Amino acid sequence: MSTEIERIFRAEYGRAVAVLIRYFGDIELAEEAVQDAFVTAVRRWPELGIPPSPAGWIITTARNRAIDHLRRESERPAREVAAVVSFGEEPDDMLRLIFTCCHPALAPASRVALTLRLIGGLTTAEIARAFLVPEPTMAQRISRAKSKIRDAGIPYRVPRDADLPVRLGAVLAVLYLIFNEGYAPSGGELVARTEMTAEAIRLARLVVVLMPDEPEARGLLALMLLIESRRPARTTAGGDPVLLADQDRTLWDRDLIAEGRTLVRACLRRGRPGPYQIQAAINAVHSDGETDWRQVRTLYDQLLAITPTTVVALHRAVAVAEVDGPGPALRIVDDLTSMSGRHHVWHVVRADLLRRLGRPAEAAEEFRTAADLAGNAAERRFLLGRATDLDAAAGVRWRPPPTTTPPE
Amino acid sequence: MRQYLLSIYQPDGPPPPPEVLGPIMANLGKLNEEMKAGGTWVFAAGLHAPESATVIRDSGGEPVLTDGPFTEGKEHLGGFTVIQAEDLDEALDWGGRMAAVLAPLAIEVRPIQ
Repeated sequence: MSTEIERIFRAEYGRAVAVLIRYFGDIELAEEAVQDAFVTAVRRWPELGIPPSPAGWIITTARNRAIDHLRRESERPAREVAAVVSFGEEPDDMLRLIFTCCHPALAPASRVALTLRLIGGLTTAEIARAFLVPEPTMAQRISRAKSKIRDAGIPYRVPRDADLPVRLGAVLAVLYLIFNEGYAPSGGELVARTEMTAEAIRLARLVVVLMPDEPEARGLLALMLLIESRRPARTTAGGDPVLLADQDRTLWDRDLIAEGRTLVRACLRRGRPGPYQIQAAINAVHSDGETDWRQVRTLYDQLLAITPTTVVALHRAVAVAEVDGPGPALRIVDDLTSMSGRHHVWHVVRADLLRRLGRPAEAAEEFRTAADLAGNAAERRFLLGRATDLDAAAGVRWRPPPTTTPPE
Repeated sequence: MRQYLLSIYQPDGPPPPPEVLGPIMANLGKLNEEMKAGGTWVFAAGLHAPESATVIRDSGGEPVLTDGPFTEGKEHLGGFTVIQAEDLDEALDWGGRMAAVLAPLAIEVRPIQ
């Protein structure tokens, strides 16, 4: 029951908050009321059973809490408060809240944090971990952003047409981060939180409908769909991750792939390539029967030219390994020293290159470092397993598994 | 309706020569007229140079005066406009237009309580 309520919390929290903010115009009140409603759900659902429409139950309960609160606290006449009796969800509720959370008058880090908090329903601790900052720092960042929305009068609405293109970039960046939070969670037991990726895709679809002439919005949607298409093959029945090369391609979702590829072709035809479109194109190549690594490397060259970040350079190195071999790739990875000790993916890539270069002892150590840095338990188990496999190859004496690893 | 303070920050030192400043002030005047026509404009003022300012503090019931502005920096408050707007987006529209007229000066948009 508690996992089911947690799942519903993840899926419905943002929607409920968005609806309540539209009605009451107060983020704090909306959040407190929705959280109260979930506390009530945890207490009552085990005996009552989960209601037919959990979201509707949460929204109604939260609304009643908010009205009670306003009656107690505010000088508003009770009649006015009570007038907010029947309300439902509007299709744009989440999108409005997204544009508020991603308002350019907020610092970029605050936009991301606020969207994950209000739309994603993540805890401050989870967001802090995802962005490698102490929890009090993140709590203060979120609290300041909410205060600014209230005090400066940042509107709760979808921007007018003239402002939309400017406001879109920030929204897309935030949506992609939400998707990634679902695809590769920063914490917890699961390898993927599908409701987060599903929510990111749902919002990306809304953005595409709202801005049909923006190729980057389509590019982002295509990218999400193509990554999501591999989800059924990404984990074993036991929940452990499976590498791309080892995945059972018959498990890939053909409908998502078809939709993603159609979107990639359509947006690239417009001749305004951007980072999301190129990343989508890379994933489209991966969705072919056999990955054409030369094409992937060429696309990464283009992506690196537009977006010269260490993360892009690291992913390009993976393609270089396939085309030119692990040696040249390792030299690229070793140059990205700023990622060492901070990004577990850097250690995973480096570990695998060392393994392929016949240096199993070093590879095992890298896998262990990666496991220490990995946020979710399944991935940690997987990485420690790979380290143990390599110990055998390196002739290392068997060592007992860490006590945190549950038995199979 | 909310009110916002649009502060104009400009570098210390003498103002630009009249042939530069003239068209800028004319455009600013036009913008103010547009604000007034739409009911946005509440109040506006240009300020004399910061050296003309006097800072006053109370010390045990006695005023203590200091010659010059409160903060010494490379930039100072040169003038301000108070507007009323529906929300921050509308205030930022006006602030953006003011910044375009006064480029490269920065405009601070700040909500009034």
